[in-house]
Amino acid sequence: MPDPATTQYFGLPGYVVLWILTLVAFYLFGIKVAYYVRTLGKARPEKRWDRIGERVGLVLTHVLGQRRLFNEPGIGIAHFLIFWAFVFYATSFFWNLVKGLVPILPIPYADDVGWMAFALEAFGVLALVGIVVAAVRRYILTPPRLERTYDATLILGLIALLLVTFLVGAAAKTRGAPGVYLWMWWAHMVTVLGFLAYLPYSKHMHLLAAPFGVFFSSLRPGAPPPASEGASRFEEFTWRELFSGLACAECGRCDRACPAFNSGFALSPKELVHKVKELVRAPGAGGKFLGEVVRPEEVWACTTCLSCMERCPVLNEHIPLVLEMRRHLVSQGEVETPLQQAMMNLNRYGNSFGQSPRARAKWTADLPFKIKDARKEPVEYLWVVGDYASYDPRVQTVTKATARVFQQAGLDFGILYEGEQNSGNDVRRTGEEGLFDVLRGKNLQAVAKARFEHVVTTDPHTYHALKNEYANGDGGWTGRNVLHSSELLERLLAEGKLSAHRRLDGVVTFHDPCYLGRYNGVYSPPRLVLNALGTKLREMPRNRRTAYCCGAGGGRIWMEDPPGVKERPAESRVREAAGLHGVNTLVVACPKDLVMFQDALKTTGLEGSLAVKDLIELVEEAAAPSERSDSHARA
Amino acid sequence: MNILVLLRMIPDVVEELEISNDGKTLDREFLRLIPNETDDHALEEALLLKERHGGKVTVVAPDAPELDDVLFACLAKGADRAVKISGVEPVMGGRAAARLMAQVLTTAPGLLPADLILTGVQSTEDLDGLMAPILSHLLQLPYVDNVTQVTADGPGKTVTAVKEFPSAVRAEFDVQLPAVLGIQAAEKPPRYVPVAKVRAVMKSQHLESAAAPAGVEAGQLEILQMAKPEPAEHAEMLAGDPAQVAGKICEILAARGVL
Amino acid sequence: MSGSIWVLAEHWRGQLSESTYELLALGREIADGLGVELQAVLLGHGAADLAKGLGKANSVLSVDHSSLCEPVPEACAAALVQLIKERRPRSVLVPLTNISMGVGTLVSTAVKVPAANFCRDVRVVDGGLQATCVLYGGKIEATVTMGAECSILGIWPGARAAENGRSDVVPPVEPVTVSLPEAPRVRFKRYIEPEAGDVDITQQDTLVAVGRGMQGQANLALAEELAEVLGGAVCGSRPVIDQGWLPLSRQVGKSGVSVKPKLYLAAGISGAPEHVEGMKNAALIIAVNTDPRAPIFNVAHYGILADALEVLPALTEAVRGKKG
Repeated sequence: MPDPATTQYFGLPGYVVLWILTLVAFYLFGIKVAYYVRTLGKARPEKRWDRIGERVGLVLTHVLGQRRLFNEPGIGIAHFLIFWAFVFYATSFFWNLVKGLVPILPIPYADDVGWMAFALEAFGVLALVGIVVAAVRRYILTPPRLERTYDATLILGLIALLLVTFLVGAAAKTRGAPGVYLWMWWAHMVTVLGFLAYLPYSKHMHLLAAPFGVFFSSLRPGAPPPASEGASRFEEFTWRELFSGLACAECGRCDRACPAFNSGFALSPKELVHKVKELVRAPGAGGKFLGEVVRPEEVWACTTCLSCMERCPVLNEHIPLVLEMRRHLVSQGEVETPLQQAMMNLNRYGNSFGQSPRARAKWTADLPFKIKDARKEPVEYLWVVGDYASYDPRVQTVTKATARVFQQAGLDFGILYEGEQNSGNDVRRTGEEGLFDVLRGKNLQAVAKARFEHVVTTDPHTYHALKNEYANGDGGWTGRNVLHSSELLERLLAEGKLSAHRRLDGVVTFHDPCYLGRYNGVYSPPRLVLNALGTKLREMPRNRRTAYCCGAGGGRIWMEDPPGVKERPAESRVREAAGLHGVNTLVVACPKDLVMFQDALKTTGLEGSLAVKDLIELVEEAAAPSERSDSHARA
Repeated sequence: MNILVLLRMIPDVVEELEISNDGKTLDREFLRLIPNETDDHALEEALLLKERHGGKVTVVAPDAPELDDVLFACLAKGADRAVKISGVEPVMGGRAAARLMAQVLTTAPGLLPADLILTGVQSTEDLDGLMAPILSHLLQLPYVDNVTQVTADGPGKTVTAVKEFPSAVRAEFDVQLPAVLGIQAAEKPPRYVPVAKVRAVMKSQHLESAAAPAGVEAGQLEILQMAKPEPAEHAEMLAGDPAQVAGKICEILAARGVL
Repeated sequence: MSGSIWVLAEHWRGQLSESTYELLALGREIADGLGVELQAVLLGHGAADLAKGLGKANSVLSVDHSSLCEPVPEACAAALVQLIKERRPRSVLVPLTNISMGVGTLVSTAVKVPAANFCRDVRVVDGGLQATCVLYGGKIEATVTMGAECSILGIWPGARAAENGRSDVVPPVEPVTVSLPEAPRVRFKRYIEPEAGDVDITQQDTLVAVGRGMQGQANLALAEELAEVLGGAVCGSRPVIDQGWLPLSRQVGKSGVSVKPKLYLAAGISGAPEHVEGMKNAALIIAVNTDPRAPIFNVAHYGILADALEVLPALTEAVRGKKG
């Protein structure tokens, strides 16, 4: 076959033509990429160079392994094939480009190397199949939140073209058709160079940016952004927050997972990231970013449930964007009245209910035993009760059950009585960082002289804050083992300190609380407890990582639902539970879930057919003390 | 427009109030003091006026525990000055508070003249009279109470005060300046000020202090005793768990023909 | 006549207010207890006709002045001060309503006599007057005495039943003149009528009223649900309205409307006098509150010592069950 680089075209040698085309393409590519780098350089700094090993791991899993793409298997496989074809084709392209630009190099073209040619042909064919799947999905079986844009069509077309030109060229080579081969070689190179030049201007910028996005992603997803007074315009965001806009492939997985979006609230996480992309493309254009481009109601709609970030294939970070903008709104005092009231109550009374701190442990009055005051005597377990468990009359029943179960298990535990304050987890998610600091400070001061070994709480929100955000700076409550009650119960059952004398044989389903599951990866302990009690667990379609938020998180519980809500998250969730065959109990492990789902049962009219119970209530039912004394007698 | 906002710290009724051994005063040991709610509204109205017409807002308050934090919050919200009347014993009632305020306003430098003096229409402990009308008499200024809106669009010698009447009716009054207005509610709920902003103000601004005049006269009322009200003098109490109580109510409603 | 008990006869928009009758009933008791006369003081302009309704008093002092056309506290106080200085009554009862709120304090300061504010009751004890005053939103009551000289008493609405203050007797009227400033510092301009609300709560047979004890706007759904099954509407106390949980048209009490439904269910309302003013005449009052000392239990017919958040859903359920 003739060497395309040394063949003469209109009196010019091929390599000269290639040089001209390459310079043009790289120039176009380079100025845009340089623009992005320069622009992001003006954003706030954020340290994302630590723990390189883990970051490389992320790249292996999420870029090379394409892990999250497989959450939607059909398109996941298609994308996987296209991606790997891309890897080989990119390699081949640069290889051939070098050889073409400098024909005297003593190397063959990539497709002249046997194994490479095989991989290119094999992935080329598979990727073409992938393209067909992608096209069918985009144009015929379009899922919600996927758009049929001109840009997407162009990119799909270019990929198809570069594959076809290569495959036809390869065929021409084996069949001995040098004219066709030369045409195809050039068509392929021009397509790829065009693709390269167009890339940074298109939505397929993600192809370039995503690997970097993954490498620089947060190692603690959902963690609040570094200290700031919030962000309302370009320079106030960190570069990584803005980078999400470039890495986004607009696949819409976040929207499909988002409880706020699916309830008809103002927020679309995909739109939000898209707006960030527009901001990076042209900072300052399109009016005030927060206020005009992004409306405050979008920012307030987020429940910080982490579904979007959990689902995002390129590990984009939506929640830090929301939190930055909330911080800004709070700093301007732009806080709706009910939320403002909650903040004032937290500041003044240490609880969002606006009740006396002295009433915090009022629920203990009905107990047949006295709970130790952990401020006055040493305990093994410090139980941080939390606001809802302490003050909401509907949750107090569960709180008392918790105390009885702990007592029955012979646990050495105590509470802080009026010394405890709200942990600040949710108020931090509303953007009121200063108030979180105050609450954390007061709680740490309350336990300064207390002696305890472990911390336990029934509230996943409290759990998350204590476990991850209670050190000075970042990290958990120094030197303490923080447990969620489900983890402790699992341990107590395993150690035989609690036992299910009366096995429960009902069929139940379990709702994973966001701050227990997605935020902290605690999925098994509550399930092991249910198993130990003898119940049969039937999972909801959306479970574990894909569990659907109740709608109360991120301070939403203090805010009003906007008008025109389609279906509240909690309503969607109880319908999902009620739809399971044979299930009559929705088991929860979060005080807010109990309140939210009980309300949702009423508004959906499902009160007769489904009951909402806390895990601890089931434990108490199964391990009732009278039975226990019997078994002791037997033993 | 130069506006003074008079603020008082009063017992928070979220906490259980206890009577001291003499049976005539509140046990102050366990009291939590908070800004009088309507005073907070007075500050908000003052800040709104400042935003619309410019000028200065000065908050004046008798010293009390936790007052510093409250005054810094006022500054963070947008007040220009905060003056603490130091060296005062806790006083109860509008009369003593008004006399104290009147003396400080007339003696401490840089407070009067003011165009408007705004304060809450009442506090829950104004046993011997409301502070605003007494102050208006002492300073010989006009007075309007139950005000929910102040507008100053005229030539500057008057403001229009909107006062609440019964049945959700309101009325506009022309009030000559300077004047004392008892604010019932600001046009919008008092603004939120984030903790970080208050902390920043604590570093960048300071509270002023004015000495309390000696010998503020006592009230003319003699308190014979203070007590918690007897529970349920009138109502027939229904006991039981929520479901039982609900059943009983249903019976009563049915008997009365409401159901 | 010197040493008599006076009642400020409050009137507005051509009518004597209910508080006036309540004060007349209370004033009658005091005057009888002291063995002195009860006089009503009617301040107004072209309002002398209203004196007919003041028959519970022995006589009426009627002042007619153009500055008293609409109730401006300063003008009312100035007129009252002149009368008091001339005639030295034993005590003057002034209602603590939005209309007259500051008048008592202004008068007592000008005449330099003691004032007792927030009175829910006044009694004659050993020839002297003792008042029970409601402090700290009803959490504390103070018993005070004023000495034998003239005193001004600010009385909360509801101190006595208005019925006991009405009389068919037409009292003798003594016209009195006062001099008031020609150019008042506070001048009435106009009334602003309320915007028509979504629901006219004065026309409802059943009202579920919510207060701070509902803890949050989100919980209002519980009240709305109950109101719906009962076929009524939701209203609220001032704090709830000020928080923006409900529109102004739903406010019951001092600045809101007065209602007389067949059923008034007060959920999480402590019963501050300002609120009680607007609902005390309901035919049946049921109150739910966690505080056994909440003053609402003093006007309620039935009380439940519990959290409204628990009782409301249970009641909704029970009513639904009853209705089938």
